[in-house]
Amino acid sequence: MSEMAGSLPRASETSRFPAHAIAGLAGTSFKHEHLPAILAEGRQDGFFEVHAENYMGAGGPPHQALTRIRQDHAVSLHGVCMSLGGPQPLDAEHVARFRALVDRYEPALVSEHLAWSTHETTFFNDLLPLPYTRATLAHVVDHIDQLQEAIGRPILLENPSTYLLFRESTMSESGFLREVVRRSGCGLLLDVNNVFVSATNHGFAARDYLADFPLGHVGEIHLAGHAAQADDEGDLLLIDSHDGPVADAVWKLFEIVIGRCGPLPTLVEWDSNIPDWPVLKTEAAAAQGILDRHAAGSMAETRHAAR
Amino acid sequence: MRLVSLSEHVSGKPSPFAAAFASALLEPGRAVPAATIGPNGKAAGKRYNVYRNNVTVSLIDALAAVFPATMRITGVDFFRTMARFHVRAAPPASPLLFEYGREFPRFIESYEHAGQMPWLADVARIERAWLDSYHAADAEPLAPQALASIEAERLPGIVLTPHPAARIVRSQYPAVTIFAANRSVGPINLIEASGPEDALITRPRLDVTVRRLPPGGAVFLESLMEGESLGGAAAAAISQSLDFDLAANMEGILESGAFTSLDHEADHDFP
Repeated sequence: MSEMAGSLPRASETSRFPAHAIAGLAGTSFKHEHLPAILAEGRQDGFFEVHAENYMGAGGPPHQALTRIRQDHAVSLHGVCMSLGGPQPLDAEHVARFRALVDRYEPALVSEHLAWSTHETTFFNDLLPLPYTRATLAHVVDHIDQLQEAIGRPILLENPSTYLLFRESTMSESGFLREVVRRSGCGLLLDVNNVFVSATNHGFAARDYLADFPLGHVGEIHLAGHAAQADDEGDLLLIDSHDGPVADAVWKLFEIVIGRCGPLPTLVEWDSNIPDWPVLKTEAAAAQGILDRHAAGSMAETRHAAR
Repeated sequence: MRLVSLSEHVSGKPSPFAAAFASALLEPGRAVPAATIGPNGKAAGKRYNVYRNNVTVSLIDALAAVFPATMRITGVDFFRTMARFHVRAAPPASPLLFEYGREFPRFIESYEHAGQMPWLADVARIERAWLDSYHAADAEPLAPQALASIEAERLPGIVLTPHPAARIVRSQYPAVTIFAANRSVGPINLIEASGPEDALITRPRLDVTVRRLPPGGAVFLESLMEGESLGGAAAAAISQSLDFDLAANMEGILESGAFTSLDHEADHDFP
């Protein structure tokens, strides 16, 4: 386990919020329509993850809601639009806005994507893929370095789900990520659904990908639902849709990962066709059950070893 | 934070992958970028189309989220077809999607199939202003009784600081009535309004409110927001609208929370 990955924010005398634990906990995406139900339950274990860009307005109800949630819970700040994977320089204004959110909400985890979304001045609002080459590696590392310098702490970088490949790629995705970690000092956010989606789409075994993945640097897990389409040859093409429950195969992979890594903070993402709070909460409870089982297992092993 | 020096990086021209990949995302007629491929030599056509679809659909969704009353008026299919043209012609230039759609009302005005609904663009303008108000900086509004203690002869020299969430939208059509009827959840009764309507959009605390301004109210408020004194703003309003009611307008703007503080324009004249 890397010291960097998933490290807690700096303790500060100017802290606006209590520090809430996140180790070994399951969490969910925070959706404003769930706020009344969440508050009605009172304080519970678990964390909430928000998309940073939704809180980049000057004021109003979004900040009010996030402030309220942050009082009682650890929050994970998940950037979606930094375009770390693109060849052009990062948007300095966007980096400044991101930094302001980190300072304001003192998130337990901060993450972004191995992807790009802006080219020249156009924002495409999607996590677009990149070739894995020495040249793109250099850009990604530079961009992560710039972001980490700006916020004063390491980020977790999320593996993408992809639908196609680039002819020019010379490295595997897991090899690319391992090198990004080595050069930038960032940690990793392992999205198990993305592994399953990409493995299906590109015809490799998810277990082989995980065997090659630098699991020791993972600071957070993502789980989500996916949808099915077909490619040009009529074969199954999975879409990372975040619009339904976590698939059984993804739960199985999650068990394997937690078995190897121990109980990492785990997020259930659900971003469209959002269900009522009890449904999302039940998905998180299922993840928590797996985490707890492995937490108990690793504690028992530790006691056994100590004897 | 860097663990490995820059010298390890490969120098040279940036890979053109992003330019090539981006070029066909918003243009369904263009060929799939040659740099892309499926596994084991499979075609990338439908695979690339997943990204095309994600981009276009998510941006149409973004406009639908900003303009729900506009979509209720037109129906979903009409709206999404109209939005698709706009998304492809004018994709966002900022990663903050709550800033998107500023050009959309103007696009609606030029959209041939919306010609039968000349008020539609103004309803969209109110919705765009509504979202600006929602995300604007928080500020404490001026207390409604703030003007009560000021001597009558000094009132014309008062200047007011606009609240960050206050917006005005003027329309030649009954846009406020149409907005209000279509932004709510309930059934829509026949709308009988026909005259011009101006909207004041405010968010003194958490809830955005849209009000229909009385005659001359928009000129009065716009003058005040530009820094004109109460006296000057009232004169401008009366010159535009003979039935401008100063007392009623004053009460309305104080109650709506459109301003945060007041000052005496001519203080230095009264040492």
